[in-house]
Amino acid sequence: MSTDIALVGGAYLVAAILFILSLAGLSRHESAKQGNTYGIVGMVIALAATLWLAGQAAGLPQWAAILVAMAIGAVVGIRLAVRVEMTGMPELIAMLHSFVGLAAVLVGYNTYLVSSGSQPGALTALAVGATSGGEDAVHLVEIFLGVFIGAVTFTGSIVAFLKLSAKISSRPLMLPARHWLNLAAVVASLGLMVWFVVAPSLVPLVAMTVIALAFGWHLVASIGGGDMPVVISMLNSYSGWAAAAAGFMLSNDLLIVTGALVGSSGAYLSYIMCQAMNRSFISVIAGGFGSDGAVTGPEVDYGEHRETTAEEVADLLKAARSVVITPGYGMAVAQAQYPVADLTAKLRERGVEVRFGIHPVAGRLPGHMNVLLAEAKVPYDIVLEMDEINEDFPDTDVVLVIGANDTVNPAAMDDPSSPIAGMPVLEVWNAKEVIVFKRSMAAGYAGVQNPLFFRDNTAMLFGDAKDRVEDIIKAL
Amino acid sequence: MQIGIPRESHPRERRVAATPKTVGQLVALGYDVVIESGAGHAASFDDPAYAVAGARVVDREAVWRSDIVHKINPPTDEEIGLLRPGTVLVGLMAPALDPDLVEKLRAAGVTGMAMDAVPRISRAQSLDVLSSMANIAGYRAVVEAAHEFGSFFTGQVTAAGKVPPAKVLVAGAGVAGLAAIGTARSLGAIVRATDARAEVAEQVESMGAEFLAVELPTEQTGPSASGYAKEMGEEYNRRAAELYASQLPDIDIVVTTALIPGKPAPRLITAEMVGSMKPGSVIVDMAAANGGNVEGSVADELVVTDTGVKIIGYTDLAGRLPTQASQLYGTNLVNLMKLLTPGKDGQLVLDFDDVVQRNMTVARDGELLWPPPPIQVSAAPAPVPAGPPPPKEVAKAESTGPRDLTRRHVYMAVAAVVFLGITALSKGTFLAPFTVFALAVVIGFYVIGNVAHALHTPLMSVTNAISGIIIVGALLQLGASGVASTGAVAVLAFVATLVASINIFGGFTVTRRMLTMFRKG
Repeated sequence: MSTDIALVGGAYLVAAILFILSLAGLSRHESAKQGNTYGIVGMVIALAATLWLAGQAAGLPQWAAILVAMAIGAVVGIRLAVRVEMTGMPELIAMLHSFVGLAAVLVGYNTYLVSSGSQPGALTALAVGATSGGEDAVHLVEIFLGVFIGAVTFTGSIVAFLKLSAKISSRPLMLPARHWLNLAAVVASLGLMVWFVVAPSLVPLVAMTVIALAFGWHLVASIGGGDMPVVISMLNSYSGWAAAAAGFMLSNDLLIVTGALVGSSGAYLSYIMCQAMNRSFISVIAGGFGSDGAVTGPEVDYGEHRETTAEEVADLLKAARSVVITPGYGMAVAQAQYPVADLTAKLRERGVEVRFGIHPVAGRLPGHMNVLLAEAKVPYDIVLEMDEINEDFPDTDVVLVIGANDTVNPAAMDDPSSPIAGMPVLEVWNAKEVIVFKRSMAAGYAGVQNPLFFRDNTAMLFGDAKDRVEDIIKAL
Repeated sequence: MQIGIPRESHPRERRVAATPKTVGQLVALGYDVVIESGAGHAASFDDPAYAVAGARVVDREAVWRSDIVHKINPPTDEEIGLLRPGTVLVGLMAPALDPDLVEKLRAAGVTGMAMDAVPRISRAQSLDVLSSMANIAGYRAVVEAAHEFGSFFTGQVTAAGKVPPAKVLVAGAGVAGLAAIGTARSLGAIVRATDARAEVAEQVESMGAEFLAVELPTEQTGPSASGYAKEMGEEYNRRAAELYASQLPDIDIVVTTALIPGKPAPRLITAEMVGSMKPGSVIVDMAAANGGNVEGSVADELVVTDTGVKIIGYTDLAGRLPTQASQLYGTNLVNLMKLLTPGKDGQLVLDFDDVVQRNMTVARDGELLWPPPPIQVSAAPAPVPAGPPPPKEVAKAESTGPRDLTRRHVYMAVAAVVFLGITALSKGTFLAPFTVFALAVVIGFYVIGNVAHALHTPLMSVTNAISGIIIVGALLQLGASGVASTGAVAVLAFVATLVASINIFGGFTVTRRMLTMFRKG
């Protein structure tokens, strides 16, 4: 091993450790910014080492290509990041996932092309990872898997992006025999892998890529909009695995470590999300929730709901000592986070204790509500998780349910036949008064009627959440 | 259409069915309102005030010839005679207790709507006069008791000596009972309350009173479908009597509110129990009109027993706050008219698909409509059948534990064998990177394991940024493309570098942006 390579290897190790510190830092508010900085420093070190190594073989045109590509990427990336609305965060994240997938596919193809195209020298060996000959079975399998995972991540993320930005319907796509289609795609890919290993050529690789792209598309297309927090963290995980697979094919430990970190953290987040919905990972991935459950039980007459006005809510809030706000996706849709933050500030000035209760799957992205509230300058120490606040509802005077539905549905606890039975929910109905902000009496994403709306201590405030909250502020 | 507000003919009635404020609201619904001269006098509303609000002050005959008549007390025979067929008469009618009245209304071709037959459902609360009047009556009951009681309600320590607080027992924690509890509490008394419905204990305690439960060997309490208390079994009554007997010697003020709709009031307190109370104690029997909860109470009178206990049997407690009671009653009527005037055009429309309207209407067009079809409106959850939980579930839960674990062990063993096979086949070339991979996965799990929920999104965007590390592969390939050189390789590597850069720069930037927004309050 030459000194150069050893040096680069050392730099990669430092970068890998910094990435670990970065993720560790992001698990707490106090150290989160520090964590981000660690990540940036790690990335700078890794890039500098790589550029130095790559630059040794590169002539002027290669340098130009590298710099141009990175410059364009930087400009595009930073513009996206600066411009994105916090409500549009899920879309951005989904888009970034797709880029990792795309890059993994491209790197995989290149690895194959380079290693099959020429006798590798020392540097090409680094670039393609082949230690000997470049075509032994393990290496080919690595390339194949890398491209497969990358392709699935790519189209899956694109569909997620399209669904989140409402460019296509977020309803689950229900092809007949969809599970069989998925299985067929996997089996066919396995067959192609055998072909690819036995007789390496572009044909099986391209065929598999097409199948994997279709598979990724179908996989996410068949998952409904409300499961998006799981989908996003799942794709996050996939993008990590794709990077790790690229690391395998390039024999690059930094890629393997980073990919594995991202992959396992994404998987863990998916697991948390699934637990929050009391559903198994498989059932989410298999998709179709809420629409193949056309049998939502017998039509139960829950009685009549009660309507209220912004003025009455304002009076209630004035008299209240303790208020809890439970936001949902509807708050993001209505862009109501600013008036809600305003209302919170006003009430706190009056000495009312205001807190937020966030269900883990509220919104379309894990932690989505927290980001929106932070954007509107709601202090994070009054934004609590479901488990922290559930016990406090009996002592709460008023609960404002803003754009949430299934996450506050008592049927999840009371009605074993409900499609959402067993899902942990915010037990808002234990509070003295519950005000539900809603556009109409339509059912939530899960297609389940919500008995909360018909409880005696529940009043409905219909209309756009943002307008209604502003009305309340005026009336205060 | 025209709404007429007559003066109440009952000699002790001081309320009126509309106030200047509610008249304004009725006019806003599109109705012409006429009011009998002097109708609001006893409730401190004079004729000019009504005129200012938009009503015409007319004589008695004209009022009773209106299309709609708003009243409080049931009409007398003479008043029914004044009504034209087709008139809608709204007021208290006690249809269950007074079938004769309903029959007379039917015979007269009058549409009778009983305000005391509003079903107890959430939506109808705004027109429930029984609740609004009971609230006032409960307040007044305590005020009357305080008037007759010879001591303070609140405890005091004064230069002239220590005064113990009065002890108040409220029997029946309905609307009236809760109002009485609240009033007595705010006067400073120690308040205890009982009720046949165990589920109201929470409401009683929320008002600051102590709930005295009647202990029962078997489960007999519980809400009735109508939302009111129902008659209790013999065993319950015996135990309740024991409770009263043990409490009363210690109690200064008793307010009884036990009423079961359509039945004589239950006898809660016997003459013997009354005799056990201290002289000077006061009992307010709010059920005196229906026979009384207390033995010896006389409707509309104050009785002093031989032992010096005062029993108040006033039946017009709500009417003793005529101004307030008229305002609330009038508002209930306005809410009813809102329900009956969907077009807000002064045209009354009866919709019998609406249980509230159907329930209230006792007669229409010569047709007898009382009693209405039953509806289930209980405010409390229906009693859950006390059978055992589905046995299937239990069996399943029991069996999952060990078998699940065994299965998991089998899976792990299979995975290990497969893995060993792969390593053997690969002649170990992929073992070293795989070791790194496996350890990194474990680290990833532990590092992420305790992340705060609130940071999920920034965490995800930072992982996005660092998974852009795939750029390393693309860069090496792009740098080496001069050597390995096919045009395709260079183009692919260029694109890969570009998109991975988007990730890196975009991911870190957006993470930083988000993190600066999180702030502590």
